[in-house]
Amino acid sequence: MAFPLLTLTAAIPAVGAVATAAVPAGRRTAAKWLALAFSLATLALAAVQLVRFDPGGTSQASSSGGAKGPFQLTESHAWIADFGVRYELGVDGIAVVLIALAALLIPFIMLAGWHDADPLETRSSRWRPTQGFFALILMVEAMVVISFEATDVFLFYIFFEAMLIPMYFLIGGFGDGAAEHGEAGAAAQRSYAAVKFLLYNLVGGLIMLAAVIGLYAVTADQLGTGTFSLQEIVQARAAGKLDIATTTERALFLGFFFAFAVKAPLWPLHTWLPNAMGEATAPVAVLITAVVDKVGTFAMLRFCLQLFPEASKWATPVIVVLSLISILYGALLAVGQRDIKRLVAYASISHFGFIVLGIFAMTSQGQSGATLYMVNHGVSTAALMLVAGFLISRRGSRLIADYGGVQKVAPVLAGTFLVGGLATLSLPGLAPFVSEFLVLVGTFSRYPVAGGIATLGIVLAALYVLVLYQRTMTGPVKEEVRGMPDLRARELAVVAPLIALLLFLGVYPKPVTEILDPAVRHTMSQVHQADPKPDVNDVEAAK
Amino acid sequence: MSHAASVHSLWTMSADAPQKIPAPHIEYAQLSPTLIVLGAAVLGILVEAFLPRRTRHPVQLLLTCVALAAAFAAVVALAAGGYGTGKAHAAAMGAVAVDGPALFLQGTILLVSLVAVFTFAERRLDPAAHGRPVDSFAAQGAAVPGGRAEQDAVRAGFTTTEVFPLLLFAVGGMLVFPAADDLLTLFVALEVFSLPLYVLCALARRKRLLSQESAVKYFLLGAFSSAFLLFGVALLYGYAGTVTYSGIADVVNGNVRMLDPALAATTGNDALLLIGGALVLMGLLFKVGAVPFHMWTPDVYQGAPTPVTGFMAAATKVAGFGALLRLLYVVLPGLRWDWRPVMWGVAIVTMLVGAIVAVTQTDVKRLLAYSSIAHAGFILAGVVATSPDGVSSVLFYLGAYSFVTLGAFSVVTLVRDAGGEATHLSKWAGLGRRSPLTAATFAVFLLAFAGIPLTSGFAGKFAVFKAAAQGGAGPLVIVGVVSSAIAAFFYVRVIVLMFFSEPKEDGPTVAVPSPLTSSAIAIGVAVTLALGVAPQYFLDLAGRAGVFVR
Repeated sequence: MAFPLLTLTAAIPAVGAVATAAVPAGRRTAAKWLALAFSLATLALAAVQLVRFDPGGTSQASSSGGAKGPFQLTESHAWIADFGVRYELGVDGIAVVLIALAALLIPFIMLAGWHDADPLETRSSRWRPTQGFFALILMVEAMVVISFEATDVFLFYIFFEAMLIPMYFLIGGFGDGAAEHGEAGAAAQRSYAAVKFLLYNLVGGLIMLAAVIGLYAVTADQLGTGTFSLQEIVQARAAGKLDIATTTERALFLGFFFAFAVKAPLWPLHTWLPNAMGEATAPVAVLITAVVDKVGTFAMLRFCLQLFPEASKWATPVIVVLSLISILYGALLAVGQRDIKRLVAYASISHFGFIVLGIFAMTSQGQSGATLYMVNHGVSTAALMLVAGFLISRRGSRLIADYGGVQKVAPVLAGTFLVGGLATLSLPGLAPFVSEFLVLVGTFSRYPVAGGIATLGIVLAALYVLVLYQRTMTGPVKEEVRGMPDLRARELAVVAPLIALLLFLGVYPKPVTEILDPAVRHTMSQVHQADPKPDVNDVEAAK
Repeated sequence: MSHAASVHSLWTMSADAPQKIPAPHIEYAQLSPTLIVLGAAVLGILVEAFLPRRTRHPVQLLLTCVALAAAFAAVVALAAGGYGTGKAHAAAMGAVAVDGPALFLQGTILLVSLVAVFTFAERRLDPAAHGRPVDSFAAQGAAVPGGRAEQDAVRAGFTTTEVFPLLLFAVGGMLVFPAADDLLTLFVALEVFSLPLYVLCALARRKRLLSQESAVKYFLLGAFSSAFLLFGVALLYGYAGTVTYSGIADVVNGNVRMLDPALAATTGNDALLLIGGALVLMGLLFKVGAVPFHMWTPDVYQGAPTPVTGFMAAATKVAGFGALLRLLYVVLPGLRWDWRPVMWGVAIVTMLVGAIVAVTQTDVKRLLAYSSIAHAGFILAGVVATSPDGVSSVLFYLGAYSFVTLGAFSVVTLVRDAGGEATHLSKWAGLGRRSPLTAATFAVFLLAFAGIPLTSGFAGKFAVFKAAAQGGAGPLVIVGVVSSAIAAFFYVRVIVLMFFSEPKEDGPTVAVPSPLTSSAIAIGVAVTLALGVAPQYFLDLAGRAGVFVR
């Protein structure tokens, strides 16, 4: 039996979560280091995955139509035979890169949140918030990783849903809003945000559950035995053994897409995100937007497009419009925000609009851009949000109006904030530019008008980022800001690598695109398998 | 068929020659689970009568546990002996079925009862009164609440150890209920398990008036439903000329045999069949707490002593759904097109009403009561699937759900203040700060109720919805998903309250239980997680047990 690398990558953080949670109340620091060690071990395993993954292998297997399929490092075991569920793991280029992204960001998230969960009072010997905080982060990581790896729809669904529970406790249990609302008020705000997060995602998930059951009923009806295996279903459809009626396919597609659109989040299902990101601590906000939400966009690519290619094409016009609204609406609301974290949240909604637009533009550049965007958005938002978190922790306020002239007292902090901001507005030379450009090019070639409208998002991004910087960092030094310490060594250790990564990927994205592109081409071929669109072939031929 | 025929011959022979009644043939070994439990119940009464007061509690506890374990062993032995599959047949002259569903449900009921006994026997939650440990039950059931006799009984340190034989009688009835293969056995079993439950409900040590009120309500409504059921039995007899399931099913399928000249006018009359079937169904739906026959559930769940609530919520549901399944799948399959729309309606209304009304509840026990109504709706969705898959999904759901319920009510017994259990939700605020482990355990049960993946609740919900979708009940699945979303709201609200609210100054404390309750809760958690992560073995078991004997 082959070495279960994928299982191990997901199991290590899960074990770490249990171990961290078991550390006694008095040994808080030990718990933190233990959690960090486990997250680094996961990162090492993710790196091994990257190394052992063969980007060329994917295209060969898919072009030759071999039984191996697009997935590598696969594992497959029987699990719940009665439901036709198998424990099937496998990664394609997109998954392996996103796993690496998640594994890379988690240690930074932990470092940034090193003191976020220190209990104020140490009276109770049983109340262990610190251990809980780090254990929950590891738990989320484990579930995110296995969601990226799962090639069985049911397996994916289980972790897609179960992920909500630790996230819910992270949002509701830890926060930094105490200065404005008082402790009780902040707790109320937090639990409101946590419940809103959970209910939105749970409803999305339950609708997906109906679609999952529907998919099973269809496969059981036509193949004799029901199955959830992505590979099996795709192959059965290609071979003509499985013929899903058009209406059924559309209904199932909508069930899946709804859940992913809540998670992503896409307008008008986005309203939980500003609450959640606003009330959670900055590291948890990064965890939400840079790690967990990626599962939504990733799942659109892996499940919506591959399982329901025809329905995806059918829904494309509406989804393109929704993503355009997301881009503009998110950006406009970001311009109007008074709260730094909510501003970043709305900016993220705008960026998720770009990602979804790229996916559903159904062109190679669009999808390449979208997958690369997932990575770049993760890194750039992490940089911006974590620096914002450091800033907020110094002043105890999330309101933009409470700051001013920070660059004079804390130049390094201001500088890193600026770089993070510039990455968010896709300045050429920084990573997000490449992906945003690709998305726009990909969209133009199919939907010129949509591409034009999306460009407005970039203009608005410049507005909200630069105005944010101007109001907080420049101008006369505010009284409360005076004496604000600059970034500490721990904080610098978080920000510097992220900025280095942004610069590197901005100049030389090839290592990542090399891994992503074959997988994107495979997805494209899946979608157009039955009905090749001439203009897409032209684009591909031109490449 | 031979047994059904032999019953008929019995009837006709007795008309001819009343002095020659052959002794019925009883397969004692195959009925041993029920016989062991009922025998132990009788022994328990003798213990009450002859043993000195202070030795009764340990003796009763031991006797009850041994009886339930032995009965479970007998069930396992029967299942291993092939009675669940190949050798399945109707024993005791066609009165009691020994088949897969019956053995599966009997095993579930016995295990659930065994765990429930642990919570019945718990005596460390309240501080000892007058030097004697006290349990959840009234010192003397017959004493007037607050009266002189009660004070005397409390001072003397009386405990109502009769609860153990009562529980055993109830269990005995429940074992027969899902196995009953004729309508009279069904009715007798119903009464045998209902009467002890009425008494048990009235025996709470605290809030005795509430407890007695709940018992009266349960008894009155239960009596009504029994009357309906009995009337339905009479009409069905008029329709088919027999009370055996297989005999009625034969007539439904068109094989009318003239048995009794007196019934010639009514035999085969569809009006009798429809009305009679509906009345019997009503009696069963009352027991499982389906809307619109659910009115008793919240009051009884709230008023009854919490260990009894847990036992009742778990075991009654198992027995009731077992009987419902057998009735619908054995007697009325030929009538599927008539009862399916009705059951669809009942399932939809039950899911929605349970979930929506639960949102407004402020008492933890009432909340769980409405949640149990919603779950009855989910199970009904599996019942109407009318396929072997449907049966096995319902069996699995019942097993999973009963342990979650039992565990949840056991946790409720732990959270106490000066007035006994603190069941008002506002008192649970901040419990997660004060007792993280208790709150986390309760959260696991709530998540299982909500059907979050990796808990048994999800596996069960998925199984019934899958069966329903394949059985052509897609709309039911949609309604089920919508009610799950509504239900998730109030489960989450309790978790929010426990973990994200500030603890109150005068909040309740969490009692440190004896190993009895601890192990009941631990078993609940273990089963919840095990069935969530690796349900395959139990799904197999339920799948093999999915065929009723005819």
